[in-house]
Amino acid sequence: MIREEQKMQDITPDSLIRSVQAMKDGGKRLVQIGCARIGDIFEINYSFDKDYNFENLKLTIPSGLEVPSVSGIYTCAFVYENEIHDLYGIEITGIAIDFKGTFIRTSIKYPFGVVSSKEEDACQNKL
Amino acid sequence: MSKQVVIPFGPQHPVLPEPLHLDLVLEDEKVVDAIPTIGYVHRGLEKLVEKREYPQYVYIAERICGICSFIHGMTYCQGIEGIMNLEIPKRADYLRTIWSEYSRMHSHLLWLGLFADAMGFESLFMNAWRLREHILDDLEATTGGRVIQGSCKVGGVRRDISSEKLDEMASGLDSMQGELHDLVNVFLRDSSVRHRLKGTGILSKDDAYLQGAVGPTIRASGHSYDTRKIGYAAYGDLSFEPVVASAGDSYARCEVRAKEMFTSIDIVKQAVKKIPDGPIDMKVTGAPDGEYFARSEQPRGEVIHYIKGNGTKFLARHRVRTPTLANITPLVTILKGCELADVPIIVLSIDPCIGCAER
Amino acid sequence: MTYLARSPWVIHYDASSCNGCDIEVLACLTPLYDIERFGIINTGNPKHADVFLVTGSINEQNKEVIKNIYNQIPEPKVVVAIGICATSGGVFRECYNVMGGIDTMIPVDVYVPGCAARPEMIIDGVVKALGILEEKWAKMEAGKK
Repeated sequence: MIREEQKMQDITPDSLIRSVQAMKDGGKRLVQIGCARIGDIFEINYSFDKDYNFENLKLTIPSGLEVPSVSGIYTCAFVYENEIHDLYGIEITGIAIDFKGTFIRTSIKYPFGVVSSKEEDACQNKL
Repeated sequence: MSKQVVIPFGPQHPVLPEPLHLDLVLEDEKVVDAIPTIGYVHRGLEKLVEKREYPQYVYIAERICGICSFIHGMTYCQGIEGIMNLEIPKRADYLRTIWSEYSRMHSHLLWLGLFADAMGFESLFMNAWRLREHILDDLEATTGGRVIQGSCKVGGVRRDISSEKLDEMASGLDSMQGELHDLVNVFLRDSSVRHRLKGTGILSKDDAYLQGAVGPTIRASGHSYDTRKIGYAAYGDLSFEPVVASAGDSYARCEVRAKEMFTSIDIVKQAVKKIPDGPIDMKVTGAPDGEYFARSEQPRGEVIHYIKGNGTKFLARHRVRTPTLANITPLVTILKGCELADVPIIVLSIDPCIGCAER
Repeated sequence: MTYLARSPWVIHYDASSCNGCDIEVLACLTPLYDIERFGIINTGNPKHADVFLVTGSINEQNKEVIKNIYNQIPEPKVVVAIGICATSGGVFRECYNVMGGIDTMIPVDVYVPGCAARPEMIIDGVVKALGILEEKWAKMEAGKK
């Protein structure tokens, strides 16, 4: 098995747009935007690829902070940004096609933003 | 300008095996805009990492999607192995490669059948699915499962294939090639099929790249991007060329998938020749701590499994970016300007897998 | 056997299934398994259908869709829940967006377990459902008299 190199660069909300624009100017493709919640902190990963070289930008924000959308640079970002909004409840401003929370409708609002599901009942106790 | 009307398409629609909803904005018969809504099959399985230990979670990862099941399980395992720096036995890598290619062939035959059905070509649909059963027979014989194999695990694979069976599989694929050629000929040569597909839903080379298309969708628009080329599993030892077409229309996407099946047969035959003897798994101890992006090529395109471990048996985060999610933006682009009657064909031409996309 | 059970039409809906069972339902229609030999035809229109095949479990967004399709199928009708997810939620039972098996929303007549349910089992389940369809029809006729 070949272990791919994991390039990771930390960025701040202020430099987000600039860094993503630099990726696009470098002819890179947006692979995905993903989010992870670590305690009270959210990490948003922006992944790019060019000729099989995989690169990531990592934006770390506290909960409650708004993030600007990058869909003005890469249109396809709207899919991922709506998803992050619907699952984590992070406000992302200026999404090209903003579904305003209707992209993925879930029975619990912002399921990944709320407390861990470990505390819930085990499946045997569920109805 | 004529009056605009909105037509809802789906979620339950005769041509869709899966629920996808589109709001189509029409001017007469022309589609001027398409707005997708997903969420009909959203389960929220990524959150189950909090309740399942990381070796158990392979079962969940395999059930992200029943069509590309094996590759999801494998990519998840590669992610864990990436974090823990595990070098799994070579034989396991080869077995994973063989099963991946079988999954690709079964998925492509399935898609060719559904695509023929969307065109109204029922007998072609039946023929594609009849051939697909040969592939499923071998999958079942070697793993025990027709569509969900359950044969991948962290640190290797669960089952070995005997060398007699491997030879039998290779010769079985050889004898299937003739029939496969006949089937593919109808898709690529038949005048009514060509008439229906040529020029519908054109995705330009630049759009395909900038909108993040993956898999056969980007390869049909002239890019030779194939994640298998990064050489995960045993792909680094095997020689193959990605199938590329340049027209970017539905015909090109059909052509890429049809020809890819022959590449898969070739890869399986190479792997059967080169497969080394040895163990098929290794002992895994400890828990993953760190993060890793595992990538591999699904039948539908590049899939990303992002795994973040925190040193415990339960992962902090598992995120899947499936190929269909990446292909939604290109789909919306190519739907603009098409005719209402072509919508089913164009939607199917990206090979949407909604179960994957929504998880 | 009445005419009804000799040519039942089925409608298939994918609730939140992973596709595994869906492709096996479709495989039943194709040459190797060929349920058309029992006179069974797959239709996309609920008003033509007698048997409702559901795969996957109920979630927030599809519960109304399932109810809608169920209500549109004319009486007598039978529901077959295919796969363990449709039966109880299966491995996804603990997911936040999964409400449980199909029977939390509509009455189910036959349960076909398995992950994924094998075509032989699906055929078996459908044939079993035909017997129930027959009974329901007989009851309806008796009620008329």
